[in-house]
Amino acid sequence: MNRLGRMWDSDIAWSFRHSPVAVVAAAMALIIILAAVFAPWIAPYNPFDPSSLNLMDGFTPPGEPNAFTGNTYLMGTDNQGRDIFSTILYGARISLFVGFAAVIFAMVLGIGLGLLAGWRGGWVDSLLMRVADVQLSFPSILIALLIFGVARGFIPPSMREEVAIWVLIVSIGLSDWVQYARVVRGAAMVEKSKEYVQAARVIGVHPARIVLRHILPNVMGPVLVIATIGLALAIIAEATLSFLGVGVPPTQPSLGTLIRIGQQYLFSGEWWILLFPSIALLLLALSVNLLGDWLRDALNPRLR
Amino acid sequence: MYSKFQTAAVARTGHAVLMAGAALALTMTAANAETLRWARVADALTMDPHSQNEGPTSTLLHHIYETLVGRATDGTLEPRLATEWAISEEDPSVWVFKLREGVTFHDGAAFNAEDVVFSLDRARAESSGFKALHSAVESVSMVDDYTVHVKMSGPSPLYVQNLTNTFIMDKGWAEENNVVEPQNFAAGEENYAVRNTNGTGPYTLVSRDPEVRTVMAHFEGHWDEAPAVTEIIYTPISEAATRVAALLSGEVDVVQDVPVQDIARLEQTDGIKVTTGPENRNIFFAYDVASDKLLSSDAEDNPFKKPEVREAMALVLDRDAIQQVVMRGQSQPSAAPLPPFVNGWTEEMNSYDAPDYERAAALVVEAGYPDGFTVNLNCPNDRYLNDEAICQAMVGMLSRANINANLVSQTRSLHFPLIENWETDFYLLGWGVPTFDSAYVFNFLVHTREGSYGSFNGSRYSNPEVDAKIEQLETMTDLEARDALIAEIWDQVMEDRVFLNVHNQMLAYAMKDNINLDVHPENQPKMATVTFGN
Amino acid sequence: MLAYILRRIAQSVLVMLVVALVSFALFRFVGDPISSMVGQEATIADRDALREQLGLNDPFLSQFATFVMRAAQGNFGISYRLQEPVMELILSRLPATLELAMVSGVLAFVFGVGFGVYTALRRNGWLSNTIMTVSLVGVSLPTFLIGVLLIWVFAVELQWLPSFGRGNVVMVGDWPTGLLTPSGRASLVLPAITLGLYQMTLIMRLVRAEMLEVLRADYIKFARARGLSNRAVNFGHALKNTMVPVITITGLQLGSIIAFAIITETVFQWPGVGALFINSVRFVDVPVMAAYLMMIALVFVIINLIVDLLYYVVDPRLRVDRAATRH
Repeated sequence: MNRLGRMWDSDIAWSFRHSPVAVVAAAMALIIILAAVFAPWIAPYNPFDPSSLNLMDGFTPPGEPNAFTGNTYLMGTDNQGRDIFSTILYGARISLFVGFAAVIFAMVLGIGLGLLAGWRGGWVDSLLMRVADVQLSFPSILIALLIFGVARGFIPPSMREEVAIWVLIVSIGLSDWVQYARVVRGAAMVEKSKEYVQAARVIGVHPARIVLRHILPNVMGPVLVIATIGLALAIIAEATLSFLGVGVPPTQPSLGTLIRIGQQYLFSGEWWILLFPSIALLLLALSVNLLGDWLRDALNPRLR
Repeated sequence: MYSKFQTAAVARTGHAVLMAGAALALTMTAANAETLRWARVADALTMDPHSQNEGPTSTLLHHIYETLVGRATDGTLEPRLATEWAISEEDPSVWVFKLREGVTFHDGAAFNAEDVVFSLDRARAESSGFKALHSAVESVSMVDDYTVHVKMSGPSPLYVQNLTNTFIMDKGWAEENNVVEPQNFAAGEENYAVRNTNGTGPYTLVSRDPEVRTVMAHFEGHWDEAPAVTEIIYTPISEAATRVAALLSGEVDVVQDVPVQDIARLEQTDGIKVTTGPENRNIFFAYDVASDKLLSSDAEDNPFKKPEVREAMALVLDRDAIQQVVMRGQSQPSAAPLPPFVNGWTEEMNSYDAPDYERAAALVVEAGYPDGFTVNLNCPNDRYLNDEAICQAMVGMLSRANINANLVSQTRSLHFPLIENWETDFYLLGWGVPTFDSAYVFNFLVHTREGSYGSFNGSRYSNPEVDAKIEQLETMTDLEARDALIAEIWDQVMEDRVFLNVHNQMLAYAMKDNINLDVHPENQPKMATVTFGN
Repeated sequence: MLAYILRRIAQSVLVMLVVALVSFALFRFVGDPISSMVGQEATIADRDALREQLGLNDPFLSQFATFVMRAAQGNFGISYRLQEPVMELILSRLPATLELAMVSGVLAFVFGVGFGVYTALRRNGWLSNTIMTVSLVGVSLPTFLIGVLLIWVFAVELQWLPSFGRGNVVMVGDWPTGLLTPSGRASLVLPAITLGLYQMTLIMRLVRAEMLEVLRADYIKFARARGLSNRAVNFGHALKNTMVPVITITGLQLGSIIAFAIITETVFQWPGVGALFINSVRFVDVPVMAAYLMMIALVFVIINLIVDLLYYVVDPRLRVDRAATRH
């Protein structure tokens, strides 16, 4: 209770309570994340179970009975007869999973390499930063596309379907580690030269301990900001890759895959197949982005 | 300079003005110059007539170059540069072609038998994309200025069917420009014929920017009647939504490769109409019927080897639902992978069992899979009309018989090697029959994979008796006996359920109201056949 | 100075070699070009013969050596797909991409700086908050969807702007430009907005953050204390000092704009190198893919080199670590 009370009184919490945008964004993000996590209990249908689908239910407009089967769906159905509302919930699960996993992967890799470069300096630093340069010269989408292509070459055809989502996560994560590495490296270099660190080294404190106790906490703020924005970016990147023909299988679509499918129906009159998943993706990415924005300002002591 | 967007900009505010714009366009028809702006999904890969045997390339080249015989919209052969063709009465392995007189190439050179001999030789060159169609040719010789003999290695009664995309070049022009053979990639230099043309066709190439715009103008010296269209502007637009948008906004006049879901909306749009017709291309599933174990299945053995499983799969496929929902009515469901205008097709190929999920599930249990089995379904996602959606629907239907298919859909350059390299258990494939004869299907899809046979036989089907019959077909001259043998082979193939056919694909072209253009079964519309007016 | 420049150039060459090696290695796994290149009638023997002819059966290192030797001379071979020399193909497409990248870069810069300054000065105004939120919509939807929606609204429904292509181009020397014709300029609007939206949001946020920091700096307080007008303080001092990092980052973003153009070009059928690359990936046109990646790397290396040298000229002390300013 005491700890909770302290959190409530902290600067961050104060700033949060006094930023209506942040509160609304957080609520929106929370609702979407919870709805996605509890999709199997909330969604009226399971769109990922192919045996539950009836093709003849396809293209049912929202709230109107289907001409053949007479079934009615809140947000209508897509080209396979899937309930759009349920598919959005399940799709958000996939999108969020890919997003979070990619961010965690990039974060772990970036922090690790950043610390290594900043702490060790010398040729290790030069090498890692050159690699980062090369990596930066290739935009993330291109890197993801190439990794995806290579992975497909290595993995036997029969396994590709199962590992597709992991390849996707690695592709997106791998294209995003440089940002973390840069920030952490900078902080590590600054802290390394400070007297207390020098002193700790002299008395033989293990470098890992110094890094964990003193350097990491200092960079957690900026890392959190990068991670939040990175989550939104990863979710959008997944959608973009889906448009370019690499992504999760259409039988278990993410929000991005749903939009890719839906944009084929922009001119045909079945607007709901595109509209609802787009709104869901927009709300999700927007609320995460707004949170990131707020966090950036809130964590910057000079802006208070 | 002509601005294609300004014309669209005139007709902008509401329907009244739009109609006025259309009326204006109609009065312009009376004048002699008529430009047609034509868009489709992909560009021709090259202007070299023998380099690539590929749809969009041949379609575009048909406007600039001509073949000996052409394919009419009803699928029959029609005379082009050859006026008559027949098998020699003295020697059944010789084809005799009588050539059209008074034809000139775009550069003014006269057309004669020398050019035909040269072109058929060039089409058989090592670097030609057409050499497989001419593999039975032994030699080509000129008898007189307007007669050519093609000597085959044996009687080849259907050889003429292979000629509908083999274009004729001018020998002199080719020699002058050092293009006696198609592009050789190892040579590392560009072939002059890739960008420059000299054909006998109704249009000359005015300018070409690959994948951007190709402009063609009517060739005054063409032997046939002058076409209504005097200028063609061809622009590839790869995204389906953008392609349809370009027609809706009036930036193009004719769109090929119209997505099936947009047909209804386009038909209801003022000033736009859609023509549809069957394409020469069947869409079917096939599976590994020979291996002892599958690559991607949890079953200990190969379920597809068991006739019960194959029957069950046929019983779950609801072709009518796919036609109605996935294809929006734009398909002809059938049981055999053979379009109706191809030799060997019979009425009963159109009949198939109604889906029976209970019976199918029971059959799978009977075959020894009480808990069903899993398998990967490989599918292209950018090759056929709604290919991915068809596979998706199939996954749902199979699950009702306890067959859990994992859909792996990917781009064509990754999908087709799987079939060629036998790396797939279960896949979707579409097959067109450019020769309009069943033997083409048998050669590539049914015959055991060996030599030039069976390169797309991904099902590993191998039946020596059937193989012998297929080989026999090649040299049979008694067409009645040959048709009987084709029927025999089909009976066996259908009995063994080598293919699980879905439907024959339909094509749709969308265009401005005042344009008349029929659907071509090979998806090779010829703009010289366009007429204007309602 | 000379030693430093030489070292940087040597490093750049090394980076190019690494990029070449990596991209070349990747393509062996992207797919098999053969099945795209031959017709469906080709026999298995035909396919093998073509594979042999293209040198795909040679040992990896000898293939790579040949590739680098030729690439150094600007020869990337013949496109498997379009059968034209790759170098010519890329050079003929580059003007379209550069024009699109430039226009959207300028748009992004102008609007990004404008909005950024405004939102920094009126930090809690309702218009600022609206701009901040709406600009986020641009980065919260995938680019392809934004492009398709723009086409739907402005080309199909309103019919104000073309939906595809580059319009008419005129030659200025060897450079085909669409900027000098009405249809060319009209065609540029939608793709430039689609491409620039993301960069605009990025620049705007950066300018806002830098401005907010600078406005709190002591010298700004002194300037105000000295009685300088708000205008002079905001634009004469604050914005000027913000511009250095903004310009650096914008410059570094140029390479990524060119690459981001892949999606915009595909949606709008824009005849640039990005669309060429995507079509090449689908066809497994290895020579074009390799050349494209080398080109992107070259653009980046050159920009990087220029930025480094500028830093060196401006302040030799900075050359030790400029990476920290570039997060």
